[in-house]
Amino acid sequence: MFDERSPIYLQIAGQIKDQIVRGELQEDEQVMSTNQYASFYRINPATAAKGFQQLTDDKILYKKRGIGMFVSQGARERIIADRRERFFQEKVDVMMAEARAIGIPWDELMDYIKQREGADSQ
Amino acid sequence: MTAPDITMEQMSLKYDSVTALEDITLRLTGDKIYALLGRNGSGKTSMLSVLSSFRPATSGSVKIGTEEVFDNERATLQICFIRDDKNVYEEETAKDALAFAANFRPNWDNAYADRLMNMFQLPYNKRVNTFSRGMKSALGVVMGLASRAPITIFDEAYLGMDAPSRYQFYEEVLRDYIEHPRTIILSTHLIEEVESLFEEVIILDQGKILMHETLEALSQQGVTVTGPAEHVDAIAQGMTALGEKQLGSTKSVTLFGILSPEARESIKQLNLEIEPIGLQDLFVHLTKKQKGV
Repeated sequence: MFDERSPIYLQIAGQIKDQIVRGELQEDEQVMSTNQYASFYRINPATAAKGFQQLTDDKILYKKRGIGMFVSQGARERIIADRRERFFQEKVDVMMAEARAIGIPWDELMDYIKQREGADSQ
Repeated sequence: MTAPDITMEQMSLKYDSVTALEDITLRLTGDKIYALLGRNGSGKTSMLSVLSSFRPATSGSVKIGTEEVFDNERATLQICFIRDDKNVYEEETAKDALAFAANFRPNWDNAYADRLMNMFQLPYNKRVNTFSRGMKSALGVVMGLASRAPITIFDEAYLGMDAPSRYQFYEEVLRDYIEHPRTIILSTHLIEEVESLFEEVIILDQGKILMHETLEALSQQGVTVTGPAEHVDAIAQGMTALGEKQLGSTKSVTLFGILSPEARESIKQLNLEIEPIGLQDLFVHLTKKQKGV
């Protein structure tokens, strides 16, 4: 279920962010509780709570006392802005380094991207 | 209601001339799931026996809430100590054993006990001494969970249970803990199987507390860095290496301690692989090191 490389609580936070970006969780919509996450992933509720804590620190979620956690206004924009910032360094640079290492010329790479772009937009 | 805290202060236990536990000072706050880890003979069962009032400490204090635990019925009624075996009088049937437990466990839940008996497919009307080892372990687990005791201790209670039953047990511990928060202490050698259940981890080594940390804090205390040997060596400089492996020019070093922001930055720059260390690896390394190489 989880990849071993990052702590579980960061992976839970990442999953909630993914759901917000894809629009599966809307602004002011309630998120599952830490206990629900804990039972689902079979982890200690304190571990799940840590993921939620990070999301409230980052103002992605907010807490309604006694009710639960909700998606903040503007959460999606904030996540997207953050991911855009890291996109070139974390995704494109890594891809280019791999292409260089195995000898894929830029032209071929660019052609592939253009071709996929064409296929995806049809 | 929150389970009372457990406080041990400078507690020692000696058997004749042998010191089983030395100067244990420990505070366990209520309503958490704790792991008690240690190699064979490290003192886990001794510590849990003193906590459960099965034997007195030689010196020091052990309290549940504000009360000394030894010979104190009010305190011991709150504790349920389950081992892998000998949890019941084995001439009895399982039914009688459960009825006996129900009688003196204030929070006992009969319906829950029934559900667990079904889950582990245990017969009510057979005598416990006809049970297989796995069945005896499972009966212990039923008694521990259904007691809903504010402090429930499973001391390697899984021994003899097969993998599917163990996973049912882990799942049940978590589910029932979420519904009925209480203090649960699990002593185990099968660390990887249960790791994700724990909130805090206590490691005993040679009768002393080697470490008591949250699982989160512990998991940040070790990383494995892999990459070209020269770069990996540079990162490892000044840190405690728990182990290293080399394959050609690629080196992998397991480091204990928290990486500095500078180290993290250069790991990123140099594209080195970094992995958190699992609790089991950390435990193996820490208790091996203590043996004094």
